[in-house]
Amino acid sequence: MTITAALELVQLTKMYGGVTAVDAINLKIPAGAYCCLLGPSGCGKTSTLRMVAGHESVTSGDILVGPKNVTNLPPADRSTAMMFQSYALFPHLSVIDNVAFALKMKGVAKVARHAEARKLLELVDMQPYAARLPSQLSGGQQQRVALARALITSPQILLLDEPLSALDPFLRLRMRAELKKLQRELGLTFIHVTHGQDEAMALADIVVLMNGGQIEQQGSPREIFNHPRTEFTARFIGGHNVIAVGPETYAVRVDRLMLKRPNEAIAGPSIAGVISEVEYQGTYVRVVIAIEDRSEISAQITETQFDAANYAVGERVLATWDPIQAHLLKTTSSVTARSPEKAA
Amino acid sequence: MMLVFALFFLLPLLFVTIVSAWDYNEYEMIPAFSLRGYSDTFEGCIADLPNLCTILKTYLKTLKLCLLTWVLTLLIGFTVAYFLAFHVRSKTWQIVLTLLCTIPFWTSNVIRMIAWIPLLGRNGLVNRGLEGAGLIHQPVEWLLFSEFSVVLALVHLFTFFMVVPIFNSMIRIDKRLIEAAYDAGATGWQTLVNIVIPLAKPGIVIGSIFVITIVMGDFVTIGVMGGQQIASAGKIIEARLNALQFPAAAANAVILLGITILIISALTRIVDVRKEL
Repeated sequence: MTITAALELVQLTKMYGGVTAVDAINLKIPAGAYCCLLGPSGCGKTSTLRMVAGHESVTSGDILVGPKNVTNLPPADRSTAMMFQSYALFPHLSVIDNVAFALKMKGVAKVARHAEARKLLELVDMQPYAARLPSQLSGGQQQRVALARALITSPQILLLDEPLSALDPFLRLRMRAELKKLQRELGLTFIHVTHGQDEAMALADIVVLMNGGQIEQQGSPREIFNHPRTEFTARFIGGHNVIAVGPETYAVRVDRLMLKRPNEAIAGPSIAGVISEVEYQGTYVRVVIAIEDRSEISAQITETQFDAANYAVGERVLATWDPIQAHLLKTTSSVTARSPEKAA
Repeated sequence: MMLVFALFFLLPLLFVTIVSAWDYNEYEMIPAFSLRGYSDTFEGCIADLPNLCTILKTYLKTLKLCLLTWVLTLLIGFTVAYFLAFHVRSKTWQIVLTLLCTIPFWTSNVIRMIAWIPLLGRNGLVNRGLEGAGLIHQPVEWLLFSEFSVVLALVHLFTFFMVVPIFNSMIRIDKRLIEAAYDAGATGWQTLVNIVIPLAKPGIVIGSIFVITIVMGDFVTIGVMGGQQIASAGKIIEARLNALQFPAAAANAVILLGITILIISALTRIVDVRKEL
């Protein structure tokens, strides 16, 4: 039984010269959680991961793994293991020697370390490939070897740096499911850096959305998706329209937006525009509406709803929503809607 | 390409091999088949056993100089290349420092050799300095015109041929591999032995081939720095040529070529250079 430790970051800061990459972040991740550090490139997520791994020095603040302060320890003494972007497998070593590498460094005899490595290769279903070189493996197979290599030190926390970015879209979905399954079975804490919100939503128990070196919002994927607090969150997580109503800005999910013709009765707030695009997506139809000030919002309506109304490009419509479905955001936006009083 | 290769490499080599099997007397070569060139070279080798004959001693001496030079150029060259590849972070500085290494090549080989003489001579800078410091009372004799000075000059001249191919191999090592090794708990030394050296092997082998082929055939450096007192495989050929015994010179050249090819094929057995390039 592996003992899993919680990770805690306290006022963690990283500066490169005068530039602050990570700005005094505080974060607690419970044991056994799958955590995704999400954000656009340059938001500080990779620097944070590398500091946790011990490959980047900490400017100030602390990193705690369980009760232990690991801020100044070398990577191998932190109970963490890192899986590198594009895997960084040793090209001159066979698969089994790659997996057994950490044990070799500890001075474990060849027979013992190969036996251990074989167990891990079995775990990732790569036993038949033990004698091959990394260059003879496909991307997905390389990822499994990299996973086995990271796991051989029995880490409490596995750190994954954009593990799926080197794979083609089809394989990415499969490996994503495998990662999640493995994490569930092993009960380890996974910290996974990604810039893909779909990846984070599908995998994470906790999503930590970063922006400009700070944590913009954290919570379960559902919390973040259904209650975005800032305009940045609403836009980055996708599936939302950011709409200004008077001085306030709201996020409204694209599938909660209802379309009405100008002559139909409207109950709530609304925004007028011209349909600029209609995209059939199979399970739904995406209707893009151009607003007067040249910004755009989009609505997802079901095929049935669409067929009933039969909207055409160039038609004037009103987009309306139930005020309960709108979330007040902290920052303002350019899209302006008429308040309900004026619309009425 | 093939024509140039045939004209300037294969054809001369063929001539040398043919001439090596010709007969000769004191002043001319005779185009008739004879193995005199070879038998003269190994004259007395069987009779003198168990003592070594001149030719074997000479080859042993050449191998010894070659081995010493190889070990030293490898150690120094590897260290310099490692420093350039892993400790110099910016590309600009890597280029500047590599160019700096080439500055000695602005002057000729011979001048760089001769430059050692005022430094190492009986009344040279080193001896004067040591005497002045009271460390020695009479000049150290082995500094110049000795094996020491020969190896020193060879190392000085040829270390750069080691630096370039090794640097070239090292620069291609993904830095994340070093991090991955560190992540797996490897110490600096373990990373060097398990990751850097295996991945720099092609460069090491190519550099070794450069140095070994040059040193095995060298007679100028050994002549100048050895005060014409040290025999080497190259010097035998030179001496035979000066005596106008072309078949004997050619025979020695063929023997030297054979030995050098043996060494190189042994080296390429360790690493398949073609595959690694």
